[in-house]
Amino acid sequence: MIPLFLGFAAMLVITSLMVVLHKNPVTSALFLVLSFSSLAGIYLLLHAEFLGMVQIVVYAGAIMVLFLFVIMYLNLQHDVETGVQIAVRRGIGWLAGAVLLLAGATLLRRGWALGPANEMLPDEASGNVAAIGKVLYSRYLFPFEITSILLLVAMIGVIIIAKGRARSAGETT
Amino acid sequence: MLAELWSNPAVQTLTWALVKVLIILHAMLGVVSYLIFAERKICGHIQARVGPNRVGPFGLLQPIADVLKLLFKEEFIPAGANKVVFHIAPILAVFPAIVTFSVIPMGPPPMFVVTDINVGLLLFLAMSSLGVYGITLGGWASNNKYALLGGLRSSAQMISYELAMGLSTIPVLLASSTMSLVGIVQAQAGAYKVGTIAGFDLFLPNWGIFHWYLVLPFVIFLITAFAETNRAPFDLPEAEGELVAGFHTEYSSMKWALFFLGEYMNMLVISAIAITLFLGGYHGPGLGIGGGGFWDPGPAWMGLVWFMVKLGAFMFFFIWVRWTYPRLRYDQLMNFGWKVLLPAAIVNVLLAGVWIFLKGPRA
Repeated sequence: MIPLFLGFAAMLVITSLMVVLHKNPVTSALFLVLSFSSLAGIYLLLHAEFLGMVQIVVYAGAIMVLFLFVIMYLNLQHDVETGVQIAVRRGIGWLAGAVLLLAGATLLRRGWALGPANEMLPDEASGNVAAIGKVLYSRYLFPFEITSILLLVAMIGVIIIAKGRARSAGETT
Repeated sequence: MLAELWSNPAVQTLTWALVKVLIILHAMLGVVSYLIFAERKICGHIQARVGPNRVGPFGLLQPIADVLKLLFKEEFIPAGANKVVFHIAPILAVFPAIVTFSVIPMGPPPMFVVTDINVGLLLFLAMSSLGVYGITLGGWASNNKYALLGGLRSSAQMISYELAMGLSTIPVLLASSTMSLVGIVQAQAGAYKVGTIAGFDLFLPNWGIFHWYLVLPFVIFLITAFAETNRAPFDLPEAEGELVAGFHTEYSSMKWALFFLGEYMNMLVISAIAITLFLGGYHGPGLGIGGGGFWDPGPAWMGLVWFMVKLGAFMFFFIWVRWTYPRLRYDQLMNFGWKVLLPAAIVNVLLAGVWIFLKGPRA
């Protein structure tokens, strides 16, 4: 387990760095897909099979495909490297990174004790799909439904915005 | 030393899994080359031709000639292509299909399945959603407008039809209350009595499609399967009439062959999943072989035989449809996916849920 974890973790770190460091946006997006996949691998090692698979279905399979779709459509070649706005943005980026690094360093300097060996581990046979379903539809039903309504509202909003733009474009021409 | 190593159960599991993977991989490569031959033969007969019949008896050696031809062809990379992505794309088109085969029970477990995980169905959905990348990236990296159009079409099409496909599998999960493909197949074992006609007991296998709430999902799954594999009538990504050959216009030699291989492997995988979910997987009447009754499953290899028979029928169906139906127009494709298949799948999930809640899964 440990070598597998180290492998996935190393891949996660390297690919995440490549997402930020690579100049070509399409390649960056592909590295992001790889980092999502290595994260899914870590979930699998933690016996969170459902989470791992959903990570791939939703992030790598749906969201990143749409990202890639947009990037290809815009035909971006390289980042814009000059300009005041870019310099300000870069400065803010460095600042945020430094703060994050500081927070991480302080967190890691504290002595962390290993918790009890996962009391909540569901039985192997049914796996955690059944466990997640039970918890989601009993204890966390209200947040779950609220999230669904939020997504529904967002979906309707997107459709209305897209439709409105098409109509106004039709009127002007 | 070696015996000591072998006594470790983890080593045994790993070795057997590797052996099965090797067998499946090579069997699939062989099957795919003869599938292409079958496609050419069947298409020939549908168009009142003979099809390839020159190489070997009945043209049976044609696949070998085809592969050799592809191997010796010049490999051309267009100027301005993104070289790395151009090389990776064909691999991405093949690997999801191969990975999915590891969870498909091709016969009674544990002998005829590589691994039984409790999220087998999700693994299939995850891999089919990754299948978009090969085609989309292949189209983009070629630096060719037709290829790019093909790739974009494919990603839009596959994302749209994935939803309906995912929803069409939910009634199956409700009926078998597990996500493991082995569990889903085992829930379809045996036969149930439909009724008595003239003093004669009438039995039907306990397969998915013999339950009314799984008939519509089966049809939806089948339609989306054609869209996911980019086969006619949903082969808009290649649409040779308008896009030259779509996403693989610039590919040549073995890289082009890999795309072809990916398409056929995807057909095999999606048919195997359809069989597992709706057609009882490896279950089938043992026909009295091995001493049991007609409905007894019979020896373990009978399961493998039944699975292969069903798979063969599915492959024939895929080829038959391709040479029978014309291609859909792009707006028809999108309208059909979003306005017909998706609502139908959602309504069916509701109906099946209510029915299973009231009457139990096997009624």
